[in-house]
Amino acid sequence: MATPTSTDARIVALLRLADDALILGHRLSEWCGHGPILEQDIALTNHALDLIGRARALYTYAGELEGAGHDEDWFAYRRDAIHFHNALLVEQPNGDFAQTIARQFFYDRYAQLYYHALTESPDERLAAIAAKSLKEIDYHVRFSSEWVIRLGDGTDESKTRMQRGIDELWRYTGELFAMDELDRAAIERGFAVDAAPLHDAWNTAVDAVLAEATLTRPEDGWMADGGRAGRHTEHLGFILADLQFLQRAYPDATW
Amino acid sequence: MGDPRIAAVRAVLDGVPDPEIPVVTVVDLGIVRDIRFDGDRLVVTITPTYTGCPATKVIEDAIRDALTDAGYTDFAVETTLSPPWTTDWLSERGREKLREFGIAPPVGSAATKRALFGDAPTVPCPRCRSEQTTCVSEFGSTPCKAHYRCDACGEPFDYFKCL
Ligand SMILES: [Zn+2]
Repeated sequence: MATPTSTDARIVALLRLADDALILGHRLSEWCGHGPILEQDIALTNHALDLIGRARALYTYAGELEGAGHDEDWFAYRRDAIHFHNALLVEQPNGDFAQTIARQFFYDRYAQLYYHALTESPDERLAAIAAKSLKEIDYHVRFSSEWVIRLGDGTDESKTRMQRGIDELWRYTGELFAMDELDRAAIERGFAVDAAPLHDAWNTAVDAVLAEATLTRPEDGWMADGGRAGRHTEHLGFILADLQFLQRAYPDATW
Repeated sequence: MGDPRIAAVRAVLDGVPDPEIPVVTVVDLGIVRDIRFDGDRLVVTITPTYTGCPATKVIEDAIRDALTDAGYTDFAVETTLSPPWTTDWLSERGREKLREFGIAPPVGSAATKRALFGDAPTVPCPRCRSEQTTCVSEFGSTPCKAHYRCDACGEPFDYFKCL
């Protein structure tokens, strides 16, 4: 087996984006058949489709750049948790509907800013994937933001749950904007954008929605990180055990 | 554009229905972006509607089958993401066929209508044409559709949303 950890900053940058999309898409797919009402069940699985579609485009590109014969399935099914580059936020459990919405809201608002900036990439193919994804993300942003407001400014029960979801996941939002050496190398080659300056715009957008939702913005304190470098919470292993079972049990199975 | 070989291919592709909305063809949907000949080799370029649309692979296979059935042997079907697909590429004929089928076609132009926060379009009911309709969910039975309800005639319907 070829080395699963690339040192090519371009590939790592693509995998960071792709792994975010795959793992969040998988999490949302867990709602299939369990949504609070039929329309929201369908909405969450629609989001999952968009995210997994995005992951496929990015993995395929990463595999072509790498030139080691790895396709989208290889990246999804054959890597261990330590070789996944997703942010810790997206692997956090669904919890209740409010927690899922909080996770989605934080991610969507980040993704909208990040992919918007990425449409300016000098790499045409990545810019095309970003432009395509951004159209879908705009719909996601509206969905998650509206639900934060509806639940926050809803009943005592929904407000309590929405606030809890926001509070629980706040500590995972800092990682989305943290930059390391690989990011900086990827930026030079047009495969990443500097996320740090996007943090202000994210805060402004998030604060506005939380205010409208009559929710309390958590204090900025200690932020968890490590996902980008393969140091994950215990949840990712369980996701992969489910996601990868078939290809692990029957390598190269096709049907 | 006047190349009769290309017109012939277009006619074949215009007989390929969308697998999820079979009243419209892949040409109506604007999925077929380019038809060209590299020498004798035919190259058809298509673009997905949504990145995760499960129909994309089925559409590609259906196009291959249609071309094979029409006698083409030397051809390739390629996929492009740029420029990204937009509902602006839905043909007028396609929009009319959607409406007759009970799916409200996109309202306005995607280019001028960003998915703004809190901004929902007025979508006329495909059954009674009333504009008294309510968006039930922006995520419907397929990635490209939203779920609406007509408050005048009670009809639940799909809306082919702007992208
Ligand atoms: Zn009606």
